[in-house]
Amino acid sequence: MTEQDPTTPEDTETPQAKPPVRVFLVDDHAMFRSGVKAELAGLHDERIEVIGEAGSVGEAVVRIQGDQPDVVLLDVHMPDGGGRAVLDQVHDALPEVVFLALSVSDASEDVINVIRGGARGYVTKTISGRELADAVVRVAAGDAVFSPRLAGFVLDAFSEKPGTAPVSDPELDLLSPREREVLKLLARGYAYKEIASQLFISIKTVETHVSSVLRKTQKSNRYELSRWATDRRLV
Amino acid sequence: MSAPTPAPDNRPDPEAAAAAGPPPDPATRVENLAAPADRPASAQPAPSAQPAPSAQPVPSAQPVPPAPPAVGSRATAAPRIALQTPDGIDRLLRRRQGAVLAGVAGGVADHLKVPVIWVRAAFAVLSALAGAGLVAYALLWIFVPQNPAVTGPPTPTTARERRQAFGIAAIGLALVLIGTALGFSSAVGWVLGPLGLAAVGAAFIWREADDTRRARWRRSASGLATPGAGAWWRLGGGIALVIGGLTVFALGQFEFSAIRSALIAVLLTLVGIALITIPWWLRLVRALGDERSERIAETERAEIAAHLHDSVLQTLALIQRQSGDAREVLRLARGQERELRTWLYGPAGYAGARGAPGHTDGDTMLAAALATAAADVEDTYAVKVEPVVVGDAEVHPGLAALVAAAKEAMVNSAKHSGETELSVYAEVEGGTASVFVRDRGVGFDPNAVDADRRGLAESIRGRMDRHGGTARVRSEPGHGTEVELTMPIEQQQPPVELKKRPEKESARTADSTGADR
Repeated sequence: MTEQDPTTPEDTETPQAKPPVRVFLVDDHAMFRSGVKAELAGLHDERIEVIGEAGSVGEAVVRIQGDQPDVVLLDVHMPDGGGRAVLDQVHDALPEVVFLALSVSDASEDVINVIRGGARGYVTKTISGRELADAVVRVAAGDAVFSPRLAGFVLDAFSEKPGTAPVSDPELDLLSPREREVLKLLARGYAYKEIASQLFISIKTVETHVSSVLRKTQKSNRYELSRWATDRRLV
Repeated sequence: MSAPTPAPDNRPDPEAAAAAGPPPDPATRVENLAAPADRPASAQPAPSAQPAPSAQPVPSAQPVPPAPPAVGSRATAAPRIALQTPDGIDRLLRRRQGAVLAGVAGGVADHLKVPVIWVRAAFAVLSALAGAGLVAYALLWIFVPQNPAVTGPPTPTTARERRQAFGIAAIGLALVLIGTALGFSSAVGWVLGPLGLAAVGAAFIWREADDTRRARWRRSASGLATPGAGAWWRLGGGIALVIGGLTVFALGQFEFSAIRSALIAVLLTLVGIALITIPWWLRLVRALGDERSERIAETERAEIAAHLHDSVLQTLALIQRQSGDAREVLRLARGQERELRTWLYGPAGYAGARGAPGHTDGDTMLAAALATAAADVEDTYAVKVEPVVVGDAEVHPGLAALVAAAKEAMVNSAKHSGETELSVYAEVEGGTASVFVRDRGVGFDPNAVDADRRGLAESIRGRMDRHGGTARVRSEPGHGTEVELTMPIEQQQPPVELKKRPEKESARTADSTGADR
């Protein structure tokens, strides 16, 4: 990424040479799709370009494989299996396509489920257009996007409670103290830049920690995570 | 015995044919009593009492020309009569076209897809059993609706067929007389009594059942009509028992007292019938289960609909009316969103049963109390506050003070930061509860605050101090404000009775109210 230096990741002065991130929208509500498109277009953000959209799981699977976008904005709740179904059918075949889940749901089951399905981040639909654009750019660059709520869920899942099953794989099932600190600041609503200055580390390091937490969230066998991921409720 | 004289002209007009028939009931009566009984009665009571003596000729006309007719719908319970079952089987309907008597035999033949002559013969033979065939014929006449189709190819009853039919009827009646003469009938009456009652009862149940249930029963019954390989032995066994019962009965005339043998006969007969109908009963039980789950789903749908109506639709109406006031719209939308979310995902809401363990209703837990405080602030100041809580603890006076102070901090941020979004994060860890309230607003210099803000900070700080907690405020002009509140979860006061508490957690969070209990 271009901005490893203390300049903000939200910085819009991205090198002009860089092609825009090609974004694909998946949501079964046409109204929401057009709203997101209009909002992203209204930003006049050259980092982002919406190249396509789909309104169903089947259509999404076909068109994502055809269009090969950089980032897919994925609705969690759709008929025929929802976002998880799209992930399951596309993610293994096209690992270079990055998924960012976008949902109205705050239920831990939904959040953890798409994350474990391979999404690089989770934001709620009430996010502002500006923040959404930043999140898209960030996942396109290979980082993870944690909303405060997702950070809270992950902290909860990795917390040591009495009665928790013993850890079988410390590498995956435990968070390092630093990762925990980063997560807590995320949950408190800090941006990466703010976390970096708070902890006296570089933004790059913050990103590394967050990616590591994401990997652990996806791979760990901790009871909470697998329970949340299977205990899925579709609305 | 003498078969009724053929009706003058019964080809085009079945009612006329029926009226001309010997049985006392004229056509009108038939129409009124005609019930929606369909196929079950015919398919399975077969072993019991079926065929009738007054055989009555009906041409083997096409079953039922489907045409939603005007006349037949006079039948009491069933205004609309489908001509076929969902499985594509012709329903049991009395023939209208070319009935010799009431169209019963023809209807049964159409339904079972056998030549009508067999049906007539069966009625006649059964008549030998104390007139069982007669009874069956009469019952079918009463309970089977007439085919509503008036139109359709008039398939006239040929003279030859009619002659044949009356011949069979005559034989049947003769058999009845012979049976009576031999004193056979009074004995068989013991069997026919209960069987007849059962048949009538079944017909009534059938008649009262609604359409869906009947469709389900019909499906069950069709499994009976064409039993699988495994079902043959059961069917055979049942029939054997029925016949056995009748036989025992007959023998009983000579060897046992009449009553005892009658009882045995009836018992055996009933066991036989039960055996034959086992699959039907099993399916009936399953169908009832299905129905119950359907009803539960229906209730759930109704509950959701009612909730959405009372909340979301009302709010949308309000928003439309207030569309000029952006702040009010935001407040309404936000409040509704929160309410709906709580209902959908919250522990006490719609998904309550599946809520996370450890969360309880009400504000007795820290997370719930914080959520309530945040909701108040949202409603009052039209800002967005989303508390994220990791861990939870029971609220005691110290934690109540923590929540109150946190709310004060939220109000402060909402009023002064100029931002519309606040971050609230709370965690319970290592015996301490911490709450962070943060905004990205204008901020201020803590060393040079005006009296107003200082006072608020004091009220937050003072509250925390009194309960053994701490409050820290970090702010910088232009970089927002963060208030950090911490409160130990363990209470300082160590009342004796706390030792009795088995749960470590509850002991730690015990409070004065705990002592009262």
